[in-house]
Amino acid sequence: MTDSKRIFAKTGITRRSALKGLAAGSGLMAAPGFVRYSQAQSSAPIKIGFQAHRTGIGAAYGRWYEKTTAAAVKLINDAGGINGRPVEIIVEDDGTDPKRGAEVVAKFASQHKTDIVFGTLFSHVVVGSAPTAGELKIPYYVVSEGYHVASGKLNRWVFQPGITDVRAQVTSVAPWIAGNLGKKVTMIYPDYAFGYDHRDYFAPAIKAQGGEVVAQIPIPPTESSFTKYLPQIPADTEVLYHVMVGPGVLTFVKELGEFYGSNKPQLFGFIDSLEAVDINSPGLEFLDGSHFWEGSPRYAQANDSEAQKAYRTAVGIDDNGASTTDSKDVSTAAHMFGCWETLYVIKKAMEDSGYKGPEDRAKLVEATEALAEFKEGPEHPQGDKKFNGKIHQVFGHQNISKVEGGKLNVVHRTSIEDGLYEPEADYTTQPL
Amino acid sequence: MAFFPHLLLATLEGLVTSSVLALTALGLSLVFGVMRIVNVAHGEFFMLGAVLAWAITSAVSGNPAIGFALALVLSPLIVGAIAWTAERLVLRRIEYDPEATIVATIGLLYIIQQLALTFYGPEARPVTPPFNVRIQLPWFGYSGYKLAVIAASALLLLATWFVLTRTRIGLVMRATQYDRETALAFGIPVGRVYGAVFALGAMLAAVAAVLIVPIQQAHYLMGLDPLLLSFIVVIIGGLGSLRGTVIAALLIGVSDGIISVFFSPTLAKIIATLVVAMVLVFRPQGLFGTATK
Amino acid sequence: MSGDGETAKVYTLHAAVVALLVALNFILPEYHHGVLARVLVLAVFAMGYNLLFGYVGLLSLGHAMFFSAGLYGAGLPLYHLGWGVPAAFAGGIGAGILVSLVIGLLALRTSGVAFMIVTMMFAQVFYLTTLYFGEWTRGDEGLVLQQQSRQVALGAGTLDLTNPTTRYLMAVALFAAALFATLAIVRSRHGRVLVAIRENEERTRMLGYDTFANKLAAVVTSGIICAAAGAAYALLFGYIGSTFASVQYSILPLLWVLLGGAATTLGPLVGTVFMYYVIDITSSYTSAYMLVVGLVLILLVIWFRKGVLGTVRERWVRWLP
Repeated sequence: MTDSKRIFAKTGITRRSALKGLAAGSGLMAAPGFVRYSQAQSSAPIKIGFQAHRTGIGAAYGRWYEKTTAAAVKLINDAGGINGRPVEIIVEDDGTDPKRGAEVVAKFASQHKTDIVFGTLFSHVVVGSAPTAGELKIPYYVVSEGYHVASGKLNRWVFQPGITDVRAQVTSVAPWIAGNLGKKVTMIYPDYAFGYDHRDYFAPAIKAQGGEVVAQIPIPPTESSFTKYLPQIPADTEVLYHVMVGPGVLTFVKELGEFYGSNKPQLFGFIDSLEAVDINSPGLEFLDGSHFWEGSPRYAQANDSEAQKAYRTAVGIDDNGASTTDSKDVSTAAHMFGCWETLYVIKKAMEDSGYKGPEDRAKLVEATEALAEFKEGPEHPQGDKKFNGKIHQVFGHQNISKVEGGKLNVVHRTSIEDGLYEPEADYTTQPL
Repeated sequence: MAFFPHLLLATLEGLVTSSVLALTALGLSLVFGVMRIVNVAHGEFFMLGAVLAWAITSAVSGNPAIGFALALVLSPLIVGAIAWTAERLVLRRIEYDPEATIVATIGLLYIIQQLALTFYGPEARPVTPPFNVRIQLPWFGYSGYKLAVIAASALLLLATWFVLTRTRIGLVMRATQYDRETALAFGIPVGRVYGAVFALGAMLAAVAAVLIVPIQQAHYLMGLDPLLLSFIVVIIGGLGSLRGTVIAALLIGVSDGIISVFFSPTLAKIIATLVVAMVLVFRPQGLFGTATK
Repeated sequence: MSGDGETAKVYTLHAAVVALLVALNFILPEYHHGVLARVLVLAVFAMGYNLLFGYVGLLSLGHAMFFSAGLYGAGLPLYHLGWGVPAAFAGGIGAGILVSLVIGLLALRTSGVAFMIVTMMFAQVFYLTTLYFGEWTRGDEGLVLQQQSRQVALGAGTLDLTNPTTRYLMAVALFAAALFATLAIVRSRHGRVLVAIRENEERTRMLGYDTFANKLAAVVTSGIICAAAGAAYALLFGYIGSTFASVQYSILPLLWVLLGGAATTLGPLVGTVFMYYVIDITSSYTSAYMLVVGLVLILLVIWFRKGVLGTVRERWVRWLP
């Protein structure tokens, strides 16, 4: 875990402002909000508020989001920053809680005076923070994969330009599942919004392929053992579609193994279940031969592009997707690339709009909405993408990987078109 | 799956939940009964037990059973020592004031969680079970280790029962629980008894966690559910009743399992919780308690 | 308990607190202005909790249910049925009355720790119910109440609840209403019966008071105040989600009240402000801030066993209500 409060562009700022704060007096006056920051000058850093899950249920993701962000910012700064100004990341913990999330957005906007807010993963924090971002008119770039942004239910200030949403993900993997694994699918998913996105969009997608969802088993988040629900899986199930998050996921997979033994249906899972977990953990042998969705592959692949290799080196993950300094420290590779790519989207939009300071935030929003395509390369190592400015959502390739010999090997890569759907909203009609 | 195999599976699952819950709740019941305090940090002792089990087993190489046996002994001892220290340093100082204790143990909860997050990390980590036997029944497979957990819990409960009712330590504890003033008058070092009871309560939670961790993995936020469930068990069972605690744990675990056969998971949870709440509404002193204050 | 001179002192103190809060509207830097608006609404939640815990001695671990009854009671009709702000607020209060009445009738059959556990379980049921009806609530992810739906047409102008100043003043108004309501209740005959119940329920009953009715009234009043806070939270900050119904949000008001001083009218405000800034300030110096927060809680309780204002009253200012 990074102990320093900020990931630096230039040295000395934290210490100085902390001392200033202390000098200002005791008690409430020590809060940094009372320190007057000088107005942004042309060489002053562009400040990006990073809303991080340092504590709470999202902490495992949050740690890797911080590492990826730090790596991308270092590269951006080494290459001259944005509009000639260095980028400074200011981290605040949201506790993976929607109330604290909103407070943190307000803190970025009115105390740290950051230019934008960035980085959130858990969808309840995104939705909880969105009203505050909209009211304070501060652009809010999330890396969450929920369908919340694209649904049109948030507001014009919220973007998801670096990671695809669940609706696109499930829509694009459905044809492959129907064609390769089977047509009768039972879904097991958490009984909260992340699960609803899967429930609502996978069923029609598989139906369009001539398949059907034979049962849906939503598991309440307070549950820590799953075996008792497994008999609800119909016997004629050909494919078990599983997606779980949180600390219970290993239990889930192990119990599935004990329940079925070798006589199991085909398994298709979302790697969300096993992010930051070693695929070779005891009890996971059962997953051998099964398939997973991955945003970006955890394991280095034979055909990796130079950009992908450079990205992995910069972030500090080895060929197994674990930390280069600790092979037991497995990353959240399938999602964290989104932080990297989002930062480069922000950079592009800031350059397009000639962004100078908070007074240009509206211009930044319009410039982001005007973006349409991102080319594969160092800035987008996961692959090329299409951006829909009306629904503020990016579309990209998805990977389907097979567990073989203790590794995840990509066996299919979907096209961007597989995940496209009819937009249900248009944020650009909202006033800025 | 046919109805009866399904019911059998759900009952087995309920028994595993019950047995571990009974141990954890017994620890809370001791603290609650003898010291008359609400220990909000009880679930964190459970979590510490699991986290330490991971640390110990991953430090020992060779047969997983060796590491596990070591964890089963060491982890509760370490947790007990931590609890004892906390009792001496904090709870004694606030003289077990019921309200101040709630704040103090919430403080303790924050501290333990943060230390676990900093030194152990945010990931869920598995512990290899001491043995891996999959028992294939005609209708489904079941983990042999889970059955062992039920047996081990039953043994530990019996041992605790023996200590509480047949030994001098138990006598001293019960005397303190029954009447603190008289116990003091008879020369029982009540302060030291409190320290020991608090440590013992934490150790029971820790040992339950070591048993469950090969099934459920260690995670720094895993303490909340056992805490809430233990409170429920202690109150339903009736304060200070060992028999009540065990029966309440069985009632809650098994009913949770069986109700899950008939309803979708979330609805089953809702109904199971309501049923237990209603037991308490219509029998406020718990199943085996005499009216308590 | 108090003479006329003390009554004047008490009302002067409370009026001064409200006046100070209004004055802060013009002084506070933007960030702390926004924080205080949020904290005031949460302090109302704590005041509702305090009424039952501090004055009646009933320790509930289920108040998240009352807060979120207000939150959903206001937010859902506004979101799905297009209700206006005043109607939605009334809907929140109505939901609070309904839930607290039912819970009160059931849970008050118990007392002491059993009351604590029963309320906790009912709150758990409420929380799971918000997930179960995820089609309408969107479960944990929750719903955003759009800015344009959080405006009230007032004659010629509009009252925009998303405007920082309006929001702050509305929060102060709600806080003042809850504060003076609490003050009036605890100084009334009903309030003294409640304290008598806390001290000795048996004796109070023998004196001829209907303790059940008095306790039920207290549960419902507490429920209304908490639901008002929840409804205000939804309308002022524009988000509803099941996190607010989880058990953490039942423990928080207990913590705020104990820190500030149970059975003091201003303690909930002190506790809520204190807890907010302890976390906010320590988290800007270290990522391991929960450690510091835990230590602060323990040290505070060693020195201020009755909470800040409770200890102040015990040692120095005896007339503090």
